[in-house]
Amino acid sequence: MGGTFAEVSGAKLVGLVRAARDHKDLPQTVLLLLDSGGVRLQEANAGELAVAEFMRAIAQARSAGVAVIALVGGKSGAFGGAGLTVGVCSRVVVSEQGRIGVSGPEVIETNKGVEEYDSRDKALVWSVCGGKNRRLIGMADAFTEDSMVGFREAAKAQISLSAPFNLATLQAEQQRLKQRQEKFAACDDANAMWRILGIQSPEAVADMDAAAFILLANGIKDSNHDAR
Amino acid sequence: MTLDDVLKGLFPSGHQVKISDAGWITGAATRKTGGPISVIGVAKGVALGTAGVLPLAAQVLDVVARGGDTPILVLVDTQGQLMARRDEMRGLNEYLGHLAKCLLLASHLGHRTIGLEYGKAAAGAFLATALATDILIGLPGAEPAVMDLPSISRVTKLPEAELLKLAKTTPVFAPGLDHMVLMGAVAKVWDPAQPLDGQLEDALAAASPVDVRDVLGAERKGRPMSAQVARRVIAEATGRSCDLASP
Repeated sequence: MGGTFAEVSGAKLVGLVRAARDHKDLPQTVLLLLDSGGVRLQEANAGELAVAEFMRAIAQARSAGVAVIALVGGKSGAFGGAGLTVGVCSRVVVSEQGRIGVSGPEVIETNKGVEEYDSRDKALVWSVCGGKNRRLIGMADAFTEDSMVGFREAAKAQISLSAPFNLATLQAEQQRLKQRQEKFAACDDANAMWRILGIQSPEAVADMDAAAFILLANGIKDSNHDAR
Repeated sequence: MTLDDVLKGLFPSGHQVKISDAGWITGAATRKTGGPISVIGVAKGVALGTAGVLPLAAQVLDVVARGGDTPILVLVDTQGQLMARRDEMRGLNEYLGHLAKCLLLASHLGHRTIGLEYGKAAAGAFLATALATDILIGLPGAEPAVMDLPSISRVTKLPEAELLKLAKTTPVFAPGLDHMVLMGAVAKVWDPAQPLDGQLEDALAAASPVDVRDVLGAERKGRPMSAQVARRVIAEATGRSCDLASP
């Protein structure tokens, strides 16, 4: 169904991260594999609370030196509460299929109309929340092919790169997000944003294979940072 | 209560809290005890998008940068996250996550954070503001919701009439302040007939970075499993025994 944060499933995740936070003899890296539409609406309140507790546990674990790496691939990607969870992790790895956002395209279309967001326009949807856009604007730190091997290798490379959870990191993130807001204020589509990032042929990005895309993204200044 | 009434009640001798045309609350005030308190929030029920997050997060980071232990009050009346293609394109989840992180860092570094819900609160904007504080207070008339029942009905394909019936017997999914109290999300509902400045001091005294919402949810019987399951996972991960009967 896509909604995965519920009372019991959420509490398992919360317990796991609290355990890493409080017990230095346990592994101090948590790999968070996300394929989730967010809160399970059949138990919406309990699910929302589980996300809130999870986000707090992640922040506290990071303060205690634990690295929490989000790996987003799969079918649902990470939306709603899962999308916000991505926003509190130490590092983020994404595949092209790993869409990340808050409101999904169908929800926005239902609430605001098809003129605002046409959820059946797949090219549009991928350019908004797909892994390539997420990597290019700096929301994800690494891009990989949508495979186990790909995620394994990318995750390994990210573990040592986690920034400390402190004032300097969040001040740098504030600066980064402020600049993004200003830089892309007039952009109506992803191509316009990617052009500002220095990509000469943004329309070619969608068809690029993973290797070529990784090379491209690794060379863009705004896409690579440790302010998270 | 209107925001104006709330601010007058909290700070009867005056305050420097501003509400922008867009609905962002920023500023500061002096507590009953004479100490300072930083105030941020969302007013007028507006939706929280990428632009709205920035001034709120900036103020929280300024408070942390100045040091000390100035508490932070987060006033909340928001219909939820802004539903817009452009905001999603720019990465709204990262902006909302950032605001939550700023509040969580402030809490970790000794600034007590208090959420006060006086109007609406929903979904992602709820997580980034009120639910990222040490202690969340509700005022009578507040309307917290993850999603409204007609939308839940659409997504879950459960008939709305059935959901309405279920909502009367279980707090687990239906919107409402009472339900959020039973879940342990809202620690306390204030009495508007009593002075709010005194109730603020009580809330500050009770605020702590230790997350007790799952324990509270179990005590209030609205969320019986969470605390127990989290403890069992910790016990299994560490190989230590765990007394499942205790709260």
